[in-house]
Amino acid sequence: MSRIANLLFAGVVCLIGAMIFVATSPTALREDSHTTPDAVSPVAPSDDIRFQSASESAAKSAGKPETYPTVIRKPSGPPRIELAGTDPQGRTGSVACSTCHSVRQPNLGNKTAATLDEFHQGMTFSHGSITCYSCHNPDDSDSLRLADGTSVAYQEVMTLCSQCHSKQAESFAHGAHGGMNGHWDLTRGPQMKNNCIDCHDPHAPAYPKMIVGFKPKDRFNAPLDHSHDHEGAESHDEH
Amino acid sequence: MTSTETDSTSPSKPCLPIVENFSRRAAVKAGFATLGAGAFVAAISPLRQAAKNTSAAEFMQTHYTELSPEQKADVIARLEAETKEKYGADVTIGDDRPIPGTKFVYAINLSVCNGNGKCVEACHKENNHDRDTNQSYIRVIEMPKGTMDMEQGSTTYTGVVPKDDKFYLPVQCQQCDEPPCVDVCPVKATWKEEDGIVVVDYNWCIGCRYCEAACPYHARRFNWKKPEVPAAEVNPDQSYLSNRIRPVGVVEKCTYCLHRTRRGKLPACLEACPTGARVFGNILDKDSNIRWILENKRVYILKEELGTKPAFFYYFD
Repeated sequence: MSRIANLLFAGVVCLIGAMIFVATSPTALREDSHTTPDAVSPVAPSDDIRFQSASESAAKSAGKPETYPTVIRKPSGPPRIELAGTDPQGRTGSVACSTCHSVRQPNLGNKTAATLDEFHQGMTFSHGSITCYSCHNPDDSDSLRLADGTSVAYQEVMTLCSQCHSKQAESFAHGAHGGMNGHWDLTRGPQMKNNCIDCHDPHAPAYPKMIVGFKPKDRFNAPLDHSHDHEGAESHDEH
Repeated sequence: MTSTETDSTSPSKPCLPIVENFSRRAAVKAGFATLGAGAFVAAISPLRQAAKNTSAAEFMQTHYTELSPEQKADVIARLEAETKEKYGADVTIGDDRPIPGTKFVYAINLSVCNGNGKCVEACHKENNHDRDTNQSYIRVIEMPKGTMDMEQGSTTYTGVVPKDDKFYLPVQCQQCDEPPCVDVCPVKATWKEEDGIVVVDYNWCIGCRYCEAACPYHARRFNWKKPEVPAAEVNPDQSYLSNRIRPVGVVEKCTYCLHRTRRGKLPACLEACPTGARVFGNILDKDSNIRWILENKRVYILKEELGTKPAFFYYFD
């Protein structure tokens, strides 16, 4: 019994010794850490300034109750055709639609890109059964034409598309189609939206396929044949 | 005692006192004592590490909701200085509070989402996630058509999307009205704010990961190591409860980009979406886009049967 008591006593003495050692060494560390707030304090005044500026901007926005607009981006205008060849001076250029179309009679027989034998041949066309002149204006090649025959500028492309795609137009008007940028709160800033042809090629409007780029490396992304992942899956089933 | 004395003193031959005392028993005692001391030091050595990593001011900091404005300013100044020291980046950490009269709600158009993962990348950059692990608050799950059971999906898909027989389900924090993660937190380091955003006080979190286990949407992330972000890539627009660089050993989660949304801007994942599948807004505003969608589209919520009441909706056109 007394041997055990001796051992215990020795153990306790050592514990106390170790505790004293540990207690003294962190005090040095704590003194270190005491210096860090001192080093931080010079930053504090600049922080106060930032807080003031934040409150000022809040006061400004409160004083301006009117809302910012929702800006729908518009196409720059009628498309221009890039010339393949160069002129004698070696310059390339682009021409307006009317450069050619003003001197050529519109051929209403051309319904798809397949029947074109002189110009626009490389064009892919996949937009239902509509024809070129369903949307392009045969009388003025620098503008578009609505179904009722009225001419509409290229910038107003959304008016044209919305004739058929009213469901999408309705969703677009309510923010459920087309995406947006900027502010959700129009009292604090404007909102920017795309137009139809920012995402959809008017001649082949199906949204293009994309390649997945960025992947987080977390446990749910481990390959399925990995043994660890199987363990995880099994334990999930048990739950 | 008497027996030991007699044992040790009985050999009365003259010899050096130290050699006389150094019996086998003493050697065993000393051995055990050394072992015990060693074990004790080893057992408490993590505390010394913790003392090294934590400044006294940080250790003494109280819960976010109990900080006075002056204390908050001090804390934020300290955090900004620490970011400068550890990451070499000049950042401003704001203290964005809920806007009165707002309840944030998110909706995703599953007819349009094509799983390209741009939102995942935008979240990664916006929220100063660890560059090494490509961490992000969003997972896009490739789902077989005909089910909304997210456990049947896969996040490992690559290549060209969308695939014909699949649809894509982006999952992030659903900002539940009955958040299980908040219920299980033993130290109240996570809570739901008035605008519906569930936030974490990273300086109060003890890293027990109960919330991670409780979340049925697998929406919480744990910082296994110190996040590595190059100084040039640190997003300097930060907020205390949002995208400031988190310390190691705490849990983090999507905050609907509150450092943006509480300043009126749209979340980063929404702005990055090339398909326009994401919609964000204030559900209390009767004229808002989000209200129109909830009233006019086929709207689903994930794991409805759990009663978590998400503020996150999925709809089809």
